[in-house]
Amino acid sequence: MEVLMCIICGFLFSAATYLMLSKSILRIIIGTGLLSHGAHLLILTMGGLKNGAAPLLGEHAKWYVDPLPQALILTAIVISFGVTSFFLVLAYRSYQELGTDDMDQLRGNDYE
Amino acid sequence: MNNLIILPIIIPLFTAIILIFFNKNIKVQKWISAIASFAGIIISSVIVQRVHESGIQTLAVGNWKAPYGIVLVADMYSSLLVLTTSIIAFTSLLFAFSTISHDREKFFFYPGVQFLILGVSGAFLTGDLFNLFVFFEVMLMSSYLLLVLGSRKIQLQESIKYILVNVISSALFVIAVAYLYAVTGTLNMADLSVRISEMGQSGYITVLAILFLIVFGLKGAIFPLFFWLPGSYQAPPTVVTALFGALLTKVGVYSITRVYTLIFYHDPSFTHQILAWLAALTIIFGAIGAIAFWDIKKIVIYNIITAVGVILFGIAANTPEAVEGSVYYLIHDMIIKGALFLLVGVIIAITGTSHLRKFSGLIASHPFLGWMFFIAALSLAGIPPFSGFVGKLKIVQGGFEAGEYTIAFIVLMSSLLVLYSVMKIFIHGFWGEPKEELLVQKKSPKGLLIPIVILIALTTAYGLGVEWISPYISQAADTLLDPTIYIQAVLKE
Repeated sequence: MEVLMCIICGFLFSAATYLMLSKSILRIIIGTGLLSHGAHLLILTMGGLKNGAAPLLGEHAKWYVDPLPQALILTAIVISFGVTSFFLVLAYRSYQELGTDDMDQLRGNDYE
Repeated sequence: MNNLIILPIIIPLFTAIILIFFNKNIKVQKWISAIASFAGIIISSVIVQRVHESGIQTLAVGNWKAPYGIVLVADMYSSLLVLTTSIIAFTSLLFAFSTISHDREKFFFYPGVQFLILGVSGAFLTGDLFNLFVFFEVMLMSSYLLLVLGSRKIQLQESIKYILVNVISSALFVIAVAYLYAVTGTLNMADLSVRISEMGQSGYITVLAILFLIVFGLKGAIFPLFFWLPGSYQAPPTVVTALFGALLTKVGVYSITRVYTLIFYHDPSFTHQILAWLAALTIIFGAIGAIAFWDIKKIVIYNIITAVGVILFGIAANTPEAVEGSVYYLIHDMIIKGALFLLVGVIIAITGTSHLRKFSGLIASHPFLGWMFFIAALSLAGIPPFSGFVGKLKIVQGGFEAGEYTIAFIVLMSSLLVLYSVMKIFIHGFWGEPKEELLVQKKSPKGLLIPIVILIALTTAYGLGVEWISPYISQAADTLLDPTIYIQAVLKE
């Protein structure tokens, strides 16, 4: 199970890298979203998966997964959600203001 | 257990929340944020004194004991940095009161500043790697806001790049944390240190050390990773640049220092050697940038990069002298960068341009400003009576002791180049005939000079009162050099 999850993480990372290397801002934002998804899955996997057990330690629990990674990704998901929405709004606003979403045309900073 | 040390985090948080409710009433916002940040200075001085008298203060949040729960730790290093942060915040706010335009004030400028301070103080005080990530994000989120506020074209354009770089580095941070958790099973810094010293620094841990160096190096702008900094720091108003230059990069530097002295210190011939050479290259490239540009804002921005290199070389040399020197230099640099950016802000307010070839002869009409700038320039380069000298001296001395002759020599040479780069501003901007075509405002900007005078007085006092300050600094260096002090304070309570 962990091996499968690691392959999925790697796939997400490579897709994210591909998207972030493109020119359009929207693709880049989708790329960052995939990147943080990959990172979250990686945290979950790194804590160990234990075949679908719940993170509860009762007296008769055969398995229990480590609850800490779940708490960590909960925080990380909220943060990446906030950053992605800010990024989307910024991309829209700068499309209005600068008239382009092509990163090639946003090179340099010679406005002044 | 000491509840006092959560106050530098709680106060800006509540202040920011209260300020949001007063977003129409700017006068109230100004008063509240000034009072809150002044309270921050008082509280952090109390914390520094408390740490000095009775050792490292810790707070287990929610009373969950150290390796399991979230823990806040104030050792001398972090509490000194929190104190400097609140001083910078207070003076920058004083400066912002008269320079920030009404539009920005209306759109949550002051709450943004408070959230930034919350993130920075939190990052200094936390004793847990994941909370370091969370406070980094709080700080970055408010820096995005401050960077883009005003939405001029250049700000929008630079914000996109800045956010992209930081999103990627945050993802790398999460990945590094995940791997470290898989290898060690803990994220509490003291506990990590114990476990790694028990199981030895294997190859995995060394790789992770480099991964953390990349993550924090992106935030702290070390050699190959500083490319984003000059552009994005140039875009916002100078007071925001002052906050960023004095605080944001220093958080990256603080984090590198923390993990390299507390957690990954077992394989210095590899990790610390890489750090030393990256620091040297950072110094060289920063100095080249500072010399090459004719834009005063850019010159000072590149000086941030040079200073980061100098501080990190002190950590990499890893001798008692060098570490002490780098603590000296870090605090000096925060104060002086704040002062320099505010001075640049005043110059831009007077002349309306930041390009050095477009104005000259300012000293005729603004002698006081000229002298302030002169002192700041000397202090930045490390001329003896001012504060940069002691730190740099100790770093170079420690570098020689550690046998890093080449890099220590580079640090020495960089002083000359830094001096040249700021003296260029002085010679071309302040001396010479005043240019006629430029509309120089004759009214002297008195209100703007108050925060600068405070900072310059501080840097002078810091330089002259070294003897009085040195017990505090050496206590900070002792904790950095001997991780067991930190571990004892956090885990044995």
